[in-house]
Amino acid sequence: MWKCFSTRTSRCFSTSASNKALKWWDHVAPAPKDPITSVTEAFLADTSPTKINLGVGAYRDDEGKPVVLQCVKEAEAKIAGCDFLESVSSAVSSKLVEESVKLVYGKNSDIIKEGRFAGVQALSGTGACRLFAEFQRRFYPESQIYMTDPTWSNHHNIWRDALVPERTFHYYHPDSKGLDFSALLDDVKNAPDGSFFLLHPCAHNPTGVDPTEEQWREISYLFKVKNHFPFFDMAYQGFASGDLDRDARSIQIFVEDGNVIGCAQSFAKNMGLYGHRVGCLNVLCNDAKQAVAIKSQLQQIARAMYSSPPIHGILLVSGILSDPNMKALWVKEVKAMANRIQSLRTTLRKSLEQLSSPLNWEHITNQVGMFCFSGLTPEQVDRLLREFHIYMTRDGRMSMAGVTTGNVSYLANAIHEVTKFG
Amino acid sequence: MDSSSVFANIVRAPEDAILGVTVAYNKDSSPDKLNLGVGAYRTEEGKPLVLKVVRRAEQMLVNDNSRVKEYLPIVGLADFNKLSAKLIFGADSPAIQENRVTTVQCLSGTGSLRVGAEFLARHYHQLTIYIPNPTWGNHTKIFGLAGLSVKAYRYYDPATRGLDFQGLLEDLGAAPSGSIVLLHACAHNPTGVDPTIEQWEQIRQLMRSKGLLPFFDSAYQGFASGNLDADAGSVRMFVADGGECLAAQSYAKNMGLYGERVGALSIVCKTADVASRVESQLKLVIRPMYSNPPIHGASIVATILKDRDMYNEWTVELKAMADRIISMRQQLFDSLSARGTPGDWSHIIKQIGMFTFTGLNTKQVAFMTKEYHIYMTSDGRISMAGLSSRTVPHLTEAIHAAVTRVG
Repeated sequence: MWKCFSTRTSRCFSTSASNKALKWWDHVAPAPKDPITSVTEAFLADTSPTKINLGVGAYRDDEGKPVVLQCVKEAEAKIAGCDFLESVSSAVSSKLVEESVKLVYGKNSDIIKEGRFAGVQALSGTGACRLFAEFQRRFYPESQIYMTDPTWSNHHNIWRDALVPERTFHYYHPDSKGLDFSALLDDVKNAPDGSFFLLHPCAHNPTGVDPTEEQWREISYLFKVKNHFPFFDMAYQGFASGDLDRDARSIQIFVEDGNVIGCAQSFAKNMGLYGHRVGCLNVLCNDAKQAVAIKSQLQQIARAMYSSPPIHGILLVSGILSDPNMKALWVKEVKAMANRIQSLRTTLRKSLEQLSSPLNWEHITNQVGMFCFSGLTPEQVDRLLREFHIYMTRDGRMSMAGVTTGNVSYLANAIHEVTKFG
Repeated sequence: MDSSSVFANIVRAPEDAILGVTVAYNKDSSPDKLNLGVGAYRTEEGKPLVLKVVRRAEQMLVNDNSRVKEYLPIVGLADFNKLSAKLIFGADSPAIQENRVTTVQCLSGTGSLRVGAEFLARHYHQLTIYIPNPTWGNHTKIFGLAGLSVKAYRYYDPATRGLDFQGLLEDLGAAPSGSIVLLHACAHNPTGVDPTIEQWEQIRQLMRSKGLLPFFDSAYQGFASGNLDADAGSVRMFVADGGECLAAQSYAKNMGLYGERVGALSIVCKTADVASRVESQLKLVIRPMYSNPPIHGASIVATILKDRDMYNEWTVELKAMADRIISMRQQLFDSLSARGTPGDWSHIIKQIGMFTFTGLNTKQVAFMTKEYHIYMTSDGRISMAGLSSRTVPHLTEAIHAAVTRVG
């Protein structure tokens, strides 16, 4: 029992009390490091001049530097010196949501005209997924979520923390380094009717493997038959083909088939607004009235987590998307980023082939978006790190955005070194 | 639609009680309408205020072409975290010097509370939190959804419109050992009733003797007295005794950064090793929630806190805001006294911070909204920040009418 004989504030706790207090946190183990962010941490600590970071999916220019888009600079100059709004006023958040969903459904979509969606701004893609996961759990407490095998590592954390159990379905074929389409369809067929699925509409993370339009049609049809709920996590719109509309095609196919969907959008990558945490969550509804109900529930979940997302990023995105000139500039800049990645994919593949690599590297150019699922083993990844100071996640996922004309030869040589004996 | 939404049965959630007030206010077309709902600072002209020093900091950031928009680490901006800890615990705090404090950037006060609550729900052994009666409406939801069981301790005494100190001591004294206790660091929301220094000391002794874990919510540092250090007194008192605690900080009000969602959660631990392990676990809470916190607001705060001139400029602007609120209290009190409104209104000048717990009941509040277009939360809480010299007479009339005509 602790006794303090003085009314002055002083360090007068007894040993037994401090021992008792020490015990409270003894069982708190050091947490495992995040497999993606820890790569960047390690990279930053590395002093080697030849180091390359192919870890986190953040775009770099051809000098390997982060980029602030021109359209963003212009938007930011416009809003600097404006009044802050206390919390995001309805008008501002509606504008963001309206412009965001146009990117998903097309600007002339009936869904938008009729207000048949519940949309809220969210803390980038992670926040949008987490909001949906919490919403799913609240209204379908017995449900599970089916995720692609593999998927972004944080997806597992998000649904787990929302207390929604997960199952995986076949997606990536390690032999072909492409889509395991028939197994995917089987899994979709065999799942109980009305299951929730997490889909990547384009530029799949981590594999870069996307279904073709025909394959998407088949999947969508099957979803309709099985009455499944498709939830799309769209983090890389624009990075798959360079064309924003084309990259949303898969979602539109599902909607045309009459599927009722949900969609998380992130502006981290395609607007380069990583640190601003801007995204959007929308859920399709029967009608505008139901949309109001669902939106209110989503807002309630957000209110107890962080209230509202930060306004700066929201103003940037809505400013860019609602100004035709700025939006046109943005579209160009997205295409330029996608093109640069595309061209380095080609260069890397050619370089490896020219080194007479015994392996097949077609997947480097077959895969799309920011990532290449290289097929490198964990041991080979470790060697790349130790011997060449090249950083990537241990599943062999390389962020192609980190490849430049300046480092691609070094990278090709390094990969060849660790794989030339098979 | 071909197929029905799987969410077709969902009903509309009730409007948030506090934010709903502003929604209703916005719909009102009366020229005399007055919003005394949400705790956001307003100038004498009734306008929101962007601090000059904040504008300067923001312009510096925008003009700096070397700045990029990359992800922050999961725990946020390092400078911001260090400076925030110093702000609340004091630059010379032994806990900081001994590396016993872990500070993570979060989304304002709400986000800091939620992350702290989630951490406790996972790792702490006593999953009950005691919150003062009354408290900010969102507290119960935040802690409940994080997985803690929420109980109340007596706090406000309607008879005196002050602190029910005996009740508080009894209830905390009866709490199971190890329970978590939510404490408003200063400027209690909604009542404006704060313990005195002597009372804080008694609370501290009681809590430490029972091993109760303090969780401070500091949303108004600088707004209570106008002095940042004085307003952190309660928190520093607890840290000075070498014990552990949690503290959620918000920059929404004292830097006027409401919409940018800037805040920090600090956990003061017994040892540096514990603090390090705790921080690693906090990351596991944050990553699946939103990955990493937003860069803009924290950059503004760090810019200001680390520059001596800007820091001083900030303290001056902050004191001006606090002083205006204090003067509004005096004006309202004087006005009601002059009007001869029945009742003892001295609590208006005794209560501290942005809010006054008027003591008006829900019927009276509804009457004031209907007849006088005055908006406040139904518990009779008014935001003094929403008042001006120009609107004090209107409010006086409304209160007078409510008290004399409505039971």
